[in-house]
Amino acid sequence: MARRSAIVATGQTHHRSIRRDVNGQEIINEAVTRCLEDGDLTINDIDAVVIGNMDHFEGINYVDCWSVDGCGGFMKPTIKLTTGGTTGSTLAIAGHHLVASGAFEKVLVIGWEKNSESDTTGAINTAFCPIWDRPFFAGAIAGLSVTAQSYADRFGATPKDAARVAVRDRRHACLNPYAHLRKEVTIEEVLASPMLADPVCLLDMCPRTDGACAVVYAAEGLAEKMCPQPAWVHGVASRHMFSYVSDADFAGGSLFSMERAAQELYKKTGIKEPLKEIDVIEMYQPFSWAGLIWTEDMGLCKKGEGPKLVWDGVTDLGGELPINPSGGVVSTNCIGATGLIRAAEVALQIQGKAGERQVPDVNLAIATGFGGCLWTDMLAYGKNKPE
Amino acid sequence: MSPEEKSSKEQELQKEGLLTIHSAKEAEQPFLYSVGRYGSRFLEEMQKNKRFVGVRCPKCGKVYVPPREVCGPCFVKMEEEVEVGPRATLDTFTIIRFPYIDPETGDLRPVPFGYGFFKIDGSDTLFQHYFPIDDESKIKIGLKFEPIWREERTGSVRDIEQFVLVEE
Amino acid sequence: MDKAAIIGIGMTKAAGRVKEANYAELVYPAVVAALEDAGITIEDIDNIVTTSNDFWDGRTISSMATGDVSGGYDRNVSCVEGDGAFGAFYGWCRALSGHYGTTLVTAYTKGSESVSPYITNAAFDPIYVRSLGLDMVSGCALQARRYMNRYNVSEEQCAVVSSKNHRNALNNPNAHLQLDLSVEDVMGSRMICEPMKLYDCSPVSDGAVAVVIANEEKTKKFGKKPAWIKGVSFCMDNYLLGDRDLAECAALEKAAKQAYAAAGISNPRKEIDVAEVYDAFSYQELMWTEGLGFCEKGEGGKLAESGATGKAGDMPVNPSGGLLPSHPVIAGGLIRIAEAVRQIRGEAGDMQVDKDVGTALAHGVNGVAGQSHCVWILGKE
Repeated sequence: MARRSAIVATGQTHHRSIRRDVNGQEIINEAVTRCLEDGDLTINDIDAVVIGNMDHFEGINYVDCWSVDGCGGFMKPTIKLTTGGTTGSTLAIAGHHLVASGAFEKVLVIGWEKNSESDTTGAINTAFCPIWDRPFFAGAIAGLSVTAQSYADRFGATPKDAARVAVRDRRHACLNPYAHLRKEVTIEEVLASPMLADPVCLLDMCPRTDGACAVVYAAEGLAEKMCPQPAWVHGVASRHMFSYVSDADFAGGSLFSMERAAQELYKKTGIKEPLKEIDVIEMYQPFSWAGLIWTEDMGLCKKGEGPKLVWDGVTDLGGELPINPSGGVVSTNCIGATGLIRAAEVALQIQGKAGERQVPDVNLAIATGFGGCLWTDMLAYGKNKPE
Repeated sequence: MSPEEKSSKEQELQKEGLLTIHSAKEAEQPFLYSVGRYGSRFLEEMQKNKRFVGVRCPKCGKVYVPPREVCGPCFVKMEEEVEVGPRATLDTFTIIRFPYIDPETGDLRPVPFGYGFFKIDGSDTLFQHYFPIDDESKIKIGLKFEPIWREERTGSVRDIEQFVLVEE
Repeated sequence: MDKAAIIGIGMTKAAGRVKEANYAELVYPAVVAALEDAGITIEDIDNIVTTSNDFWDGRTISSMATGDVSGGYDRNVSCVEGDGAFGAFYGWCRALSGHYGTTLVTAYTKGSESVSPYITNAAFDPIYVRSLGLDMVSGCALQARRYMNRYNVSEEQCAVVSSKNHRNALNNPNAHLQLDLSVEDVMGSRMICEPMKLYDCSPVSDGAVAVVIANEEKTKKFGKKPAWIKGVSFCMDNYLLGDRDLAECAALEKAAKQAYAAAGISNPRKEIDVAEVYDAFSYQELMWTEGLGFCEKGEGGKLAESGATGKAGDMPVNPSGGLLPSHPVIAGGLIRIAEAVRQIRGEAGDMQVDKDVGTALAHGVNGVAGQSHCVWILGKE
């Protein structure tokens, strides 16, 4: 019988530029240990392990097999998923399906990355078609900058508008003990930072981070006993369209996959007025401009009105619909973990365990993932069991 | 971090007993990618005839460049070859200013360079390539560009040197 | 778990190098064949799981290359990075989790495009082991030696498996290699990595496979010839080769035990009518038949010599030939599942085993020297 699932425990490392003190398995183990502690569990309680990262960042083939010492998958069903930047959210979705299907009762989901171990852009380049895309591509920075260029061209948004998003996220991050970058920035500092690819400056862009995150999904019937407030999965949606980055329609800079995923998710969860009904969003927002464009693509406001939403403070902590109270991806980006951190942070919000970054009265929360060829994953979590 | 700062940081970490293993040439993995039937037609036309071809979906009519077998949205096989170009409209672009390691060569990619998505006339998808940045102020979305073909062509996207602005 | 079935299968002819196709062009015909076999169109598919490996493809985010041709445009799509049998497991879960009903699962590798020892060397620990230059072949050779020593298994007994499987492949139009090999031919082939000779090793092939998994409701709606999923389990052993007892396959035993329990099987030798197992190297079929409980520990060689595992035997193993003649890496385990489905339907042509098939077993492996095993039990009812 298909059944409901919920996140009952989370754990993450204190994310840093370079974790030279741990190898890959050890960083995984840190997150796993913290997660099990959070749920008052031991590894023996876990029925299956789902793990992911983005392969070419660490250059390890068959990571599920390699990770045993760190993930605790010894003599357990263990499986690996990787979809680039969306890996973490793809993992979060998988954890849900593995439990909801009846296959397992308690699943440990792990996302990790040691971005310090390679050239991030170079590794990202290998994701793209070697014949058409790779000769010119310059990683995520290039792929994202062109969307910002299109958006600015159509709607007149400015680097200052984008900088306001960075300022918000970096301020939020100061309240998150796990965040990588925990120092506020000003609009001026963002605008003055070195230009990476027009119009995106260094402080508009996410950092490279070493970090890991783990969550435990449990089946209904069990989840209620395992923690006082499970974060129930209300719905999931993915759109991984496009095999070539040049198939994307960049006009206006919109993220087509996010529009489609949001439409499906809202339909599934019955959300009609996202701005009103959603209480908090952890958005996989890899650069500041996305915090303008993708609020529109998520249907929080009309096209072109993203800047107004942000300048009005709607998306700040304390506002009507806080986005990235954790500091988001602009403050921490351990790529394979990042999408899962969005789910973990949303779970903490629902559980009321988000400390200084807690949003009051969270009933419905959304976590998104971004990556690959302009792909989107979306998950909706709620305080109460879904219908 | 400069190379000097980097190596002194490494020395510090080594003193703390935190070592690393460096893998570069050993990590090299040579590949012989198959371009496939459709892509091969595109490269062949570029190499031999300095022209662009796309493929049209029989269901939605969309013209794909570079051509491929299946129209994703319609999930049908495409057969009809269509000549497109030679000119293109700039759909979006950026100027890459940060250095990074090119996985094809293992060396740093020289920057800055102009990186554009061009909609070749008659096609419905985009084509990535370089453009010159000697005068950045001239580059705007919507302007017409044309390809500069190399004398010696090998059947690769590099048979085009770059796209340059058509100045009427 | 709720009932679900495999209602469609499709695969390409595996070959040493499919030069004219890129990854997408390799997978598309397998998908089309699977849909046709199931009697459905892509519109009837509501979600997709692709299976591939970033290193073999030379592309991180390898799932990007085949999204469009797998029907991934504007549909819910995910992936598994690992052997296709594991991908199908996830596809099965997705068909039963309440959101979807029909999952398309694809798996492929173009093994020809890379230098395989570099690819499998990357599976070894980068800090302690990789620079020793181990790869899949030498790693498995270590296991072969360990196993053969402990149980007094001879190279001839391994050669019996190789000869059987290569000859079975003569009946398999999709197999890469079609060689009529005798035991003497195998024994006389050149030594690759002691104790494994050329024909004890599978080739590296290009190939793709796709299956459609449907829940009970969708199976009743679409499924013309369903192979019901009776039990599936997988299990991963320790990683460093020295951390494991290489002569044993504890992870396979555990996965098999759980799959049998789910399927209500207490005597696998009697109750499994045919098995497609992951024999990347000839010694592996011996080990896995023991781990699956078809015979006692150490008796795999005797089982092979007895003829019981031949097409006409009472415990036929790899009537399709298995991996020894045809190994498109990631597609390996999913092809085993597809071939098992054929046996259940009675549609395996010249590969069809003599006995009636009511229950079939399919098996996939991930990692070096059988670190992680996935066992599928399929049934006619």
